[in-house]
Amino acid sequence: MTEHVDGNALAGPLSDLFTFDPTTASARCAGCGDVSVLARAMVYGEPDTFVVRCAHCDDVLMTIVQTRDRFCIELRGMTWLKIPR
Amino acid sequence: MAVISRGFVGRGGEVNPDLPAGQYLTADFPVLSSGPTPHIDTVDWQFSIRTDSDTLHTWNWEELHALPVEDINTDIHCVTRWSKLGTSWRGVSLDTLFATVKTTDEYVMARSYGGYTTNVPLADLLGGQAWIALEFDGAKLDPEHGGPARLLIPHLYFWKSAKWIHGLEMQSQDEPGFWEQNGYNMYGDPWLEQRYW
Amino acid sequence: MTGTSEAGDGRIGNWKVGVVTSIRRESASGRSITIDVPRWGGNIAGQHTDVRLTAANGYTAVRSYSVASAGAGDRIELAVDRLPTGEVSPYLVDTLREGDELELRGPLGGWFVWTPQQTESVQLIGGGSGIVPLMAMIRSHEASGSTAPFRLLYSVRTPLDAFFRAELESPSANLEVTWIFTRGAPSGWSRPAGRITAADLEAHGFPAALSPTVFVCGPTGFVETVASALVALGHEPNRVKTERFGGA
Ligand SMILES: Cc1cc2nc3c(=O)[nH]c(=O)nc-3n(C[C@H](O)[C@H](O)[C@H](O)COP(=O)(O)OP(=O)(O)OC[C@H]3O[C@@H](n4cnc5c(N)ncnc54)[C@H](O)[C@@H]3O)c2cc1C
Ligand SMILES: [Zn+2]
Repeated sequence: MTEHVDGNALAGPLSDLFTFDPTTASARCAGCGDVSVLARAMVYGEPDTFVVRCAHCDDVLMTIVQTRDRFCIELRGMTWLKIPR
Repeated sequence: MAVISRGFVGRGGEVNPDLPAGQYLTADFPVLSSGPTPHIDTVDWQFSIRTDSDTLHTWNWEELHALPVEDINTDIHCVTRWSKLGTSWRGVSLDTLFATVKTTDEYVMARSYGGYTTNVPLADLLGGQAWIALEFDGAKLDPEHGGPARLLIPHLYFWKSAKWIHGLEMQSQDEPGFWEQNGYNMYGDPWLEQRYW
Repeated sequence: MTGTSEAGDGRIGNWKVGVVTSIRRESASGRSITIDVPRWGGNIAGQHTDVRLTAANGYTAVRSYSVASAGAGDRIELAVDRLPTGEVSPYLVDTLREGDELELRGPLGGWFVWTPQQTESVQLIGGGSGIVPLMAMIRSHEASGSTAPFRLLYSVRTPLDAFFRAELESPSANLEVTWIFTRGAPSGWSRPAGRITAADLEAHGFPAALSPTVFVCGPTGFVETVASALVALGHEPNRVKTERFGGA
């Protein structure tokens, strides 16, 4: 995909790892402090690789790289994730 | 057990002996973007090499164009599996840019406008293997493809050819860049299929 | 690298195997596909599924598709538009047949959804195949007997490119449908063909003052244009939910 999609699209890839729906969780951007549901973040990349950016300041919130034998997630760009249950 | 999709070949379902393993041939020029496309005015553009001695060598747009610009004809291979054969570029060789640079460091971190980084050994930038590319297919490089200027290191997977290049920083050790921190291979040789760690 | 893709893919993930029960032509490039998915367990209107195709040599491709159906049960409907240079959509539109198996993961996403408990006015704005999740909302709205006022703005190239055309041409009592044709309008149509504008949103959409919930879905460029126009018209950004499909 050349253009970004919404954080909603992460629901599938992340369902492999989380038992809750992470797209309805709120994340705080470590860059600008904005708090938004992950569903509103901007998702760039290819079907196996995602760069998730803050819709407010463009900073990277999270990256996901899925290879054949591992799942690499980096969450450095968010201070926290609050999950409804 | 995976279900085989009847009649599905896809981009990776066919083996092409002329290409590195797992690659398919494309006629267009797909864009792999990890963020918004920065639009940089060439008036403000600058490229620099920072060395171990903390010396900064900088070139602005005009200074770069005053250097010899070479024609480059090369194949390119993207980790997202497309390959393009015989692409034509114009750019300034990194041999030319490094001619006046003194360094004992063997590794380089490439930094782009927009914050992207990628690591390369210095040896892979020299010896006629790498350029600061300014034109693709006879036209100036458009922002989607890394314009005004991008790194071009065609013998490595294309994520190493950093778009919107801003500078190179010498380092004594091989530190991982943006993708390399997140699972991509430190070196990225397409012929050895070095995609991931 | 050790391990086959089966080993790698089988360890994690919740893939289900569905069987295609019927395929219907929606337009020259669009098909709706009905699939029986054991253990699907129903879905909320607006959710999507990931579809995985596997080639004979083990190569896989995964894409997301919205579900056009809503409610309980294990039978779902997708609707796919063929992108000429695409990898997955041409397969789903041209090659897939009744009786074929398809791997799916879902239902996915709990945010771009509408439930019959919602009573506020709802503005739906779809471009091209972006109608799909909105169609699920329209169907859920009708099936539940909801009296929440619904309006749909549906932007397509020409009338022949519309998905679910028959269903949308006879909308239920609480739904108003406005068509926007971007390339060719029927003769006698008052609005000349052209891309959706803020004026269209203002003329046919619920006003911001009513605080409707707005769902916008379609190609990324379409969603960007509409979402910024809505905010400029005074809609609260938090009430505007978007689903970008990618592309220009
Ligand atoms: C949450 C979600 C739900 C979706 N629901 C649907 C749906 O219900 N129906 C449907 O038909 N599609 C839907 N899509 C889009 C779908 O996932 C695929 O992106 C689309 O089918 C193209 O896949 P492809 O493999 O054929 O093309 P690719 O091989 O992925 O792409 C081919 C070329 O087309 C471009 N491109 C990709 N997407 C689009 C686009 N939407 N418009 C224009 N150009 C594009 C790419 O940049 C590329 O150049 C949805 C996407 C998301 C994220
Ligand atoms: Zn931010």
